[in-house]
Amino acid sequence: MTERKPREFFPPLAAGAGLGLTLMGMFLISGHGLGASGFFTNMLAWLGTLAAPDWTEMNSYLGNYLGATHPMNSWLSWELAGAAIGGLAGSLIAGRFRFKIERGPHTSAGARMGFAVGGGILSGFGASLAGGCTSSLGLSGGAVLAVASFVFLIAFFAAGLLVAALAGRIWQ
Amino acid sequence: MNFPLENPGILVLVLAGVLFGYFIESAGLSSPRKLTAQFALRDWTVFRVMFVAIVVAAIGLWLFDVAGWLRFDALKIPTMFFWAMALGGALLGAGMAIGGYCPGTSVVGLFAGRLDALFFMLGMMIGMTVFAFSYDSLEPLYQIGKGPAGQTLSGLTGLPTWLWLLVLAGMAWGGFLLGTWFESRRGGKISAKDLASGS
Repeated sequence: MTERKPREFFPPLAAGAGLGLTLMGMFLISGHGLGASGFFTNMLAWLGTLAAPDWTEMNSYLGNYLGATHPMNSWLSWELAGAAIGGLAGSLIAGRFRFKIERGPHTSAGARMGFAVGGGILSGFGASLAGGCTSSLGLSGGAVLAVASFVFLIAFFAAGLLVAALAGRIWQ
Repeated sequence: MNFPLENPGILVLVLAGVLFGYFIESAGLSSPRKLTAQFALRDWTVFRVMFVAIVVAAIGLWLFDVAGWLRFDALKIPTMFFWAMALGGALLGAGMAIGGYCPGTSVVGLFAGRLDALFFMLGMMIGMTVFAFSYDSLEPLYQIGKGPAGQTLSGLTGLPTWLWLLVLAGMAWGGFLLGTWFESRRGGKISAKDLASGS
């Protein structure tokens, strides 16, 4: 079976306008924007109640996330289930879906897994510390012109540029 | 009209998510090679898509507000915790430069077939667990640099919202020009064909 020829990506202006209208729509229907990292915190709190209920309840961070009791009760879970469907459908329709471990030309698959876990650790810690991620603080906070979001975005891009200058060989 | 609505149904939330994932994937932002090419200044898609999305959503919400159809003060506006957000944002930037994703793009990336996204998610859960263990000692960080609740750029500066929208649109336009300049010197955008062939 030959793989389908991939269709080219939308121009950034078109994709950005579509994303912006989606973001505006989300604010109009729910009062909040789009999010992602909170889902993983909900998951962690839920897994915590299964694995170590006493510790999780006593933990001053995760204890705050037990109100919803179950990730299925949170809007984030439904939104991200939709995002998964949208990503799957979009990549299939455009012939871009590929099972793969995506990596830079000089990075082995094994090293890529290590970098993915390592980068994930920084991101998980960072999202918890900031109280949000590129979606919730960057995009959503940006759309309501929150001062906090622009502090977040400047730090995000500055650190990304700096680390890429030091460790760019992972990808380029 | 009286936005925001009180109680969006599950179906509407899923639909908003579908569009979210669809536009992320269609822009190419489920690819860690394309995402990290932004930080190498080779491909400015991340900056362009994010900035256009922010400006479009911000102008739309402002128009609804001016028309009297939206209770702007009912929207969720994040409150500034300067050091927590600056350090957290920097860690997310570093995490993307090394791990290739942010939390949202890892979900879309996984469902476009990228198995490395699973490892990134595993890392995130570890990082959040470490944070949960260290939360008590980090708590003082939230007390320093705390801003007024839900402060906006207009609230901070006293300048009208429309002026800030103009400034942001101007910055987006400048970023587009700057991006095109860099892209022509640093190898250019990563296309869907590049990703499929692995070059």
